[in-house]
Amino acid sequence: MLHISCPWCGPRDEPEFRWGGELPLVRPGPPERVCDEAWAEYLFMRDNPKGFVRERWLHALGCRQWFVLVRSTITHEIRATAKLGESLPEGLA
Amino acid sequence: MKSNEWRLARGGRIDRTRPLAFEFDGKRYSGFAGDTLASALLANGVRIVGRSFKLHRPRGLVGAWCEEPNGIVQLEDCARTTPNLKATQVELRDGMRARSVNCWPNARRDAFAPLQLLGGLMPAGFYYKTFMWPSWRTFEPAIRRAAGLGTAPTRPDPDRYEERHEHCDVLVVGGGPAGLAAALAATRAGARVILADDRPALGGALQWEARRIDGLAALDWTASVERELRAAGRVRVLTRTTAFGCYDHNLLALSEKLSEPASTGPRERLWHVRAAQVVVAAGAIERPMVFPDNDLPGIMLASAAMTYAAQYAVRPGRRAVVVTSGDSAYEAAHTLQAAGLEISAIVDTRAEPGEPAASARRAGIEVMAGHHPLRAHGSRAVKGIEVESIRAEAGAVQEGSHLRLECDLLCVSGGWTPSVHLFSQARGPLRYDPERAALLPGSGPKSFHCTGAAAGNLALHHCLTDGFAAGREAAKAVGASRDAGRAPTTTVESAATSAFWTAPRGSRRKAWVDLQNDVTRADLELAVRENLQSVEHVKRYTTTGMAVDQGKTSNMNALALLAELTGSSIPQVGNTTFRPPYDPVTLGSLAGRHVGSLYHPLRRTPLDSWHAGHGAVLEDFGGWRRPAWYAAQGKTREDRIRAEKRAARTAVSVFDGSPLGKIEVRGPDAAMFLNRMYYNGMKTLAVGRGRYGLMLNEHGIIIDDGVCLRIAENHFLVSTTSGGASRIFAGFEEWLQCEWPDLQVLVTNVTSAWGNIAVAGPRARELLLRLETDIDLKAGAFPHLAIRCGRLEGVPARIARVGFTGELSFEINIPAGYTTALWELLLARGADLGVLPMGIEALQELRTEKGYLHVGTDTDGRSIPADVGMGALLAKKADDFVGRRSLERSDSKRPDRLQFVGLEARDPAAVLPVGGHVIGDAARRNASQGYVTSSCMSEALGRSVALGLVQAGGNRTGETVHVYSGGRTFPARIVSPRWYDPEGHHLNA
Amino acid sequence: MRFSALALARNAVSFHRRWPQFWRSPEPRPHYDVIVVGGGGHGLATAYYLAKEHGIRNVAVIEKGWLGGGNTGRNTTVVRSNYFYPESARLYDLSLRLYEGLSRDIGFNIMLSQRGILTLAHNTHQMEMLARWLNAMHLNGIDGELLGPSEIRKWAPLLNDSPTARYPVKGAVLQRRAGVARHDAVAWGYARAADALGVDIIQNCEVLGFLREGDRIVGIETTRGRICAPKVALAVAGHSSVLAAKAGFRLPITSYALQAFVTEPVKPALSCVVMSMATGAYVSQSDKGELVTGGALDLYPSYAQRGNLPTLQAAVAGLLELFPCFSRLRMLRQWAGIVDVVHDSSPIIDRAPVKGLYLNCGWGTGGFKAIPGGGFVFAHLLATGRPHPAAEGFTLGRFTSGAMIDEGAAAGISH
Repeated sequence: MLHISCPWCGPRDEPEFRWGGELPLVRPGPPERVCDEAWAEYLFMRDNPKGFVRERWLHALGCRQWFVLVRSTITHEIRATAKLGESLPEGLA
Repeated sequence: MKSNEWRLARGGRIDRTRPLAFEFDGKRYSGFAGDTLASALLANGVRIVGRSFKLHRPRGLVGAWCEEPNGIVQLEDCARTTPNLKATQVELRDGMRARSVNCWPNARRDAFAPLQLLGGLMPAGFYYKTFMWPSWRTFEPAIRRAAGLGTAPTRPDPDRYEERHEHCDVLVVGGGPAGLAAALAATRAGARVILADDRPALGGALQWEARRIDGLAALDWTASVERELRAAGRVRVLTRTTAFGCYDHNLLALSEKLSEPASTGPRERLWHVRAAQVVVAAGAIERPMVFPDNDLPGIMLASAAMTYAAQYAVRPGRRAVVVTSGDSAYEAAHTLQAAGLEISAIVDTRAEPGEPAASARRAGIEVMAGHHPLRAHGSRAVKGIEVESIRAEAGAVQEGSHLRLECDLLCVSGGWTPSVHLFSQARGPLRYDPERAALLPGSGPKSFHCTGAAAGNLALHHCLTDGFAAGREAAKAVGASRDAGRAPTTTVESAATSAFWTAPRGSRRKAWVDLQNDVTRADLELAVRENLQSVEHVKRYTTTGMAVDQGKTSNMNALALLAELTGSSIPQVGNTTFRPPYDPVTLGSLAGRHVGSLYHPLRRTPLDSWHAGHGAVLEDFGGWRRPAWYAAQGKTREDRIRAEKRAARTAVSVFDGSPLGKIEVRGPDAAMFLNRMYYNGMKTLAVGRGRYGLMLNEHGIIIDDGVCLRIAENHFLVSTTSGGASRIFAGFEEWLQCEWPDLQVLVTNVTSAWGNIAVAGPRARELLLRLETDIDLKAGAFPHLAIRCGRLEGVPARIARVGFTGELSFEINIPAGYTTALWELLLARGADLGVLPMGIEALQELRTEKGYLHVGTDTDGRSIPADVGMGALLAKKADDFVGRRSLERSDSKRPDRLQFVGLEARDPAAVLPVGGHVIGDAARRNASQGYVTSSCMSEALGRSVALGLVQAGGNRTGETVHVYSGGRTFPARIVSPRWYDPEGHHLNA
Repeated sequence: MRFSALALARNAVSFHRRWPQFWRSPEPRPHYDVIVVGGGGHGLATAYYLAKEHGIRNVAVIEKGWLGGGNTGRNTTVVRSNYFYPESARLYDLSLRLYEGLSRDIGFNIMLSQRGILTLAHNTHQMEMLARWLNAMHLNGIDGELLGPSEIRKWAPLLNDSPTARYPVKGAVLQRRAGVARHDAVAWGYARAADALGVDIIQNCEVLGFLREGDRIVGIETTRGRICAPKVALAVAGHSSVLAAKAGFRLPITSYALQAFVTEPVKPALSCVVMSMATGAYVSQSDKGELVTGGALDLYPSYAQRGNLPTLQAAVAGLLELFPCFSRLRMLRQWAGIVDVVHDSSPIIDRAPVKGLYLNCGWGTGGFKAIPGGGFVFAHLLATGRPHPAAEGFTLGRFTSGAMIDEGAAAGISH
């Protein structure tokens, strides 16, 4: 069971959190200048890597803040966590 | 006490002052407190305890604990019956009733025994090669009845299960010598320790150990360690507790069985332990040898025989032969001799066994070194073992002389398999050690310390020092480094092992690899011959290792055999993955308290008690417990729902709308934010007014709807469906934090802070005017879709002129605690007006009449705003909003999209069935054009009404279609969904 | 050799020492007409139908581990075709019909047990959804019946009948032709049959990359050398994104762990398959007697094939809500696969964005029941260059146009 360190609350168990998707995810706009393919990229296409990935997580049953994790999708090792907007060290994922 | 040749008069850890009576396969026996069911059966001379899965061969006890493959029993009856327990793990209780499984009438005389004769027709995987004609279903019922071991209970489980969560610095798995030493070291070093052992008492192998530790008898030493640990304060000692699984980030799951569950106490506890460091001192499991007829009752592991004698004071036979490839079985021989058995010989596969052999000879036991087992003799029990001497001369192996040894107990020791399951589950790699003939823990996660027999060290002195060091290391890793003192010591003795897997081939007789599933050496040969060579293929094809014992005594032998058969080595063959649970875990304990009403507990509104006390039929609506309708003496459900509807249409009704979502949105950017979250424009919403809006996801799909109310310039109250509140609120937070962090907006979910009562009907205003309020309720001052804040009967209130019935409607929001008082006041003051509480059934029918959309019922997972008649708004809104771009895709513009319409049955008395599909032509029943989504009889209109989603419905008004449902068709016409009061006179009163 | 009871008896006489190999272990050749990457059910079925239906035998199936070792060996073995949309009904019912004849077709007992599946509804809304769904099935030509509580009890006597049950059973849709099949047998049977037709099955051979000529893919680079083919087909559920990345494009797929577990074997206690719309639990009893069950996905992407404890506990709680009698049974073994989850829970059977490459992926939690159908239509696409009518709509392009075939409800597993 994942042990995740919320940047505000500290380490907590998996059931307190919700996964929110891989990063980076850039919302294209304005809509009139976005072609169908670019919109489909944003909605659907993902790297889905086998390895380390940068993701958004929510501390749903705690402070209700979103934050960023770098996690391995193979071993579930968590390499780093950061608040949104904070930069993570290079080369993690 | 009657003398019993199978029970020693003295010794063992049983309590002879507490005799216990029990029943097995219908016969009465007796044992003692401290016995397991297995030891008690052996003490009563019961040799055949079960039958094998496929061939119903008679089987006896092989082990003494969780490695047991044969002694599978069903305990008790009725609701507390438990199938498939291992008799070796069942603690004997007075009055216990047990029976063998998968045989009839009992294990001793099984009517299915003749199946053994068909053994030749049932090699591994035989069912893949036959049973195809006429079909598998012809044979399946008989095969299913023959399969399975015990019987599932047919009543709900009366017992309770609990969960506990713990953190610790060091979790020590295993309370044998290595584990005790580790726990001691870690505790003395100052760490917070949990020690867990799966047996009723600590000590592990020390429970039958003769040597002394630190000068104390082994059991006394164990007791002193336990005292020290329990007194230490930061230590938890758990017995009867199996650590069965290791999950991510060192979360270990443990299953504790409570010894004497009180009638109100839990039967088992599931422990979630987050351990910074884990010491795996789980020991090792002895291996049998593979040779023809090695499954006869009376053939057991040497360590098990020793355990029965030393711990349970049982003689497992009269005359024993010990066949071994290592030193450990010599101790078994000595113990059995001391228990009064005659030891015919110790057969050692090694040519030069060393000191243990000399010691045995000094005790008068013959040792035949350099001999291999050839085959066992006997039919329902072992009668002898044939051995052969193998001389290796100049590298060549020559056959030597055969010799038959008589015995009724054959103790085998083919090596030891470390219990590395938890380490492997923690992704620790294993490496094969040829000298110890075992898979040992390799270099793995730093927080895992394998020690003692689990690390391949069988000798007691080694376990003690190794365990102590591991405990100290683990403690140090968490910063606890007080001086732990010296490791415990004992005499040094040898514990050499060697690899011996299987007798040389040559006999046609079956040599068993997996005893429970009847897998033989020949089966593995067959798999390899058919080119199923990977270990996973072999395992699945032969089913070796897949029985209830999960291959604890067979996996290694199977691997070694496979290596031999494929001409490779054990490391090359690899091994199948260790998966949790290490030992089977009761399903009830995994569910814990999340059963019954605590499984997805229903939410209750502030009026729940009132509803329950006034005849409400309460049902699950979106996770809330809400009144479907209100029952009354002598009235049917239909009567009552009609009465509730009539009240709303002709007088006044009250409805508990508390679960409707309420989200406060405040800030200078609130309007801009909501404008982005809604499909409809919200920037122009005037203060004091509300606007109905749709919320979409980024795919343009309608996910919720509701009225957005502007209380002040920078203060909005968003209402959502009752099922959508949490979801929409979470969505708001996500957009604000992740996409638009610069917007100055605060959102709060206040759904459960405010109670909500909808007062609806032509006399609604009349009723409200009877309450004391500073809000001007007159029509001119309070138009439809307005919101007013003030006080009602002295408490803060927000009243909105919104509703779902299509009548004049006021939704009153007040702090939740006042809801019941207000509700009762309304009912009292409105009694002469004919006020009635209204349930959800009535509400749904009223809103269906009105043609109001119910998101999730009248929309499906593809509906976009244009589908529900709101497409024109898109062009009028210039700004981007969630989902906008998706509405521009080609699929959003398809002319044949399903659109929200009304459906008028040709027969006004026919209520079109919800879920019925619209088809164009009654005869061509193969293309759905949509479906009926809401439908009911409308008393107000005197005919049935229905709503639905129909292909291109918006352009097909007036067209005749057919509705197909359950084999029948109903003719109908596509009409506008606005059935009742289309001009909105009632609404705007 | 044709398997039969007679063959068993004959071989018993020679102590089973004369059985031939199920399949060869050939060395990979440098060229083939088609390479199928992925030796699971879909890949093997594709190769089989390429050979059998289209006479294309110069085919290699490349499997990085041992055949059938991925999701095909890890699922809960349910087969059914009770889907909502006509497109889905066509594809899954084609698959079920192929399953119905498969043992005879490939001469290997896949132990198809059409014992029926009950999908339970627990409140009014779910009953309405059931009605809508059942009528859709009828219009799609799929067998289905609506059962009330008393009939349901005859099918599954141990279902929770307590008046205070959290999710009382109000009704169910029964598909009689649905049931279970033995997953290993499906993989081994297809492999043996394909091998007999000349297909080379290359195990322990991992694709490291793709070989290109200009903008086309012309082969693969593997741990056992280079293999060229004008058509390379991917059927690697769970790893689709990994291979797509090697070919330079992304897929609308996220890979999750889907857990399953079995209990100890008991005498027959459940004779049909049961799924619940409320709890998401689904359960059947194998012919060995083990209860086989699963539940929802673990909620974050994973290639670990393990799953975590909270999801497992939730699945067990869901099962016990349906069958409180099973509480004293014990879990024997637990595992997980890696499922390709796609937004609308429908597969992708289409050319890849790169020439020469073809995709069969996105099956999510429902790939096992679709093995014959998926293989059949994929083979058709590879052989003819055109999609089979039963594969209509399952394109990569639908993610751009928005033409989803959203079977989220039909799959029963929420995500």
